[in-house]
Amino acid sequence: MSNADIYHEMIVDYSRNPINYGKIENHDVTFHDSNPLCGDSIDIDMKIDNEKISDIKFHGKGCAICMACSSVLTEIAKGKTIDEVRNISKHDVLGELGLEHLQAVRIKCALLSLKVLKSALYSYLGKHLKNSEDVDKLKEEAASLY
Amino acid sequence: MQSAQTIFENIRKDFPILGRTVRDNKLLVYLDNASTTQKPNQVIEAISDYYKNHNANIHRAVYALAEEATELYEKTRDKVADFINVKNREEIIFVRGTTEAINLVAYSWGRTHVKEGDIILTTEYEHHSNIVPWQLLTQEKGAKIEYIGMDDNGELILDDLDKFLATGKVKLVTFSLMSNVLGTISDSKTIISKCKAAGVLTLIDGAQAVPHMKVDVENLECDFFAFSGHKMLGPTGIGILWVKKSVLETMAPFHGGGDMIREVHKYETTWNDLPYKFEAGTPNIADVVGLGAAIDYLSTIGMNNIRQHEIDLTSYALEKLSEVKGLHIYGTKDISKRGGVISFNFADVHPHDVAQIIDEEGIAIRSGHHCAQVLMERLNVAATSRASFYIYNTKEEIDKLINSLNKVAKVFKL
Repeated sequence: MSNADIYHEMIVDYSRNPINYGKIENHDVTFHDSNPLCGDSIDIDMKIDNEKISDIKFHGKGCAICMACSSVLTEIAKGKTIDEVRNISKHDVLGELGLEHLQAVRIKCALLSLKVLKSALYSYLGKHLKNSEDVDKLKEEAASLY
Repeated sequence: MQSAQTIFENIRKDFPILGRTVRDNKLLVYLDNASTTQKPNQVIEAISDYYKNHNANIHRAVYALAEEATELYEKTRDKVADFINVKNREEIIFVRGTTEAINLVAYSWGRTHVKEGDIILTTEYEHHSNIVPWQLLTQEKGAKIEYIGMDDNGELILDDLDKFLATGKVKLVTFSLMSNVLGTISDSKTIISKCKAAGVLTLIDGAQAVPHMKVDVENLECDFFAFSGHKMLGPTGIGILWVKKSVLETMAPFHGGGDMIREVHKYETTWNDLPYKFEAGTPNIADVVGLGAAIDYLSTIGMNNIRQHEIDLTSYALEKLSEVKGLHIYGTKDISKRGGVISFNFADVHPHDVAQIIDEEGIAIRSGHHCAQVLMERLNVAATSRASFYIYNTKEEIDKLINSLNKVAKVFKL
């Protein structure tokens, strides 16, 4: 796969018209992170009801890869239970957009939103869960994303 | 004597890397010279020759090799002094690069002279290397870092300088002679004369200027001047800090260790003479030798010829890029005030996507914040694409850049 082939229709369309783009005013959790290498910057807001992601939105600035992956990821996460979201892997996001062979330097663009999502969840659970073992496990998951 | 035009036509054969292809058999078009430059055979061979024939530690041993290595190392100090027009060779300190040079000043000068309430004044278009060391220093000392603002044309607002100088609290004004993002050439004469009138020291980051134009440090009348070897055909890991002797004599050592000492006793040490007091440990001898070869190479071409070549290329590129629909160029269009660096954004396409698509055509440009996030904030952008030129670039390469942008337009349906 040539590197330029990553710019297929779906990526370009998602970057132009991102899905779930915006803010949730009365969110239950919000998280921000950025990529120091390129300056991509993503915020994710989530509404959580009965252990389910009832609403999720993202906003920020990023390249086409970053924006497309954020759209796809939020689509995947929406309506899922907290446990299901915890199990979303990088392959779920990359696979959806045919980016499994993305070069190393761009992987962080693709997975920034996943990192933000997991961190948001971690910060939510940190406040709402009593079981510290569980929180440590989440921390580990977030750290080994790439 | 070859004409300037013939010199530039023949230059490319000295750079082996420019003959290679990348990606899908595309001839490399290297337009990231503000980041680092390619190396001519003369530099590569000087380093190789040093290791093959002269390698030894310098300054102390009495055998033949050590004498040769010392001579090669010290001869480069003279070349540097000559190249930037400095009279006292003991004011030239070898460091790893501009970043280390500025950190050295922040540490050795700053720790001694900066007090609570003082201001270190920098500018909105500085590289992180001319911001972060001052943040570290001012935070430690309870001092403040402040900024000379930039106008929409990419030029410094010198009223800000007057305003801060009037407070009487400014200890140092530190600025780049040429912006690594916008290519703006700072009005150093005005800045320095205002600072001198106020009795304030000045540091110039010359990393972007020294490779591209004649720089005369004596004439600038600044107090500190820093630049890097790898942006001027030399190897990575070697740079220069020049400090006016009267200031250098007031500075504490930076690193402690071998070579920077006169006498070491159990509980006290006396320092070596200048500049060795600031060159602790075995220095980067081979790359100093490589830098010497780079200076020879540039001197043969002539810095004024290089500046003219880049004016030609940059004018051509500015003209061609302005014709691309949806392309926004940052900074001044006045070529007398800018070097061969052009930052742009192409419609709403993120610079990373631009860079990646044109990389398929073998074209290497930079995308991102260029280690200038304060400037990105000022421009209200997350990132820019940046093309930057050097002696070996050609108008044909700029045409290739323009053509490749058409491909970006096609992919993103602009």
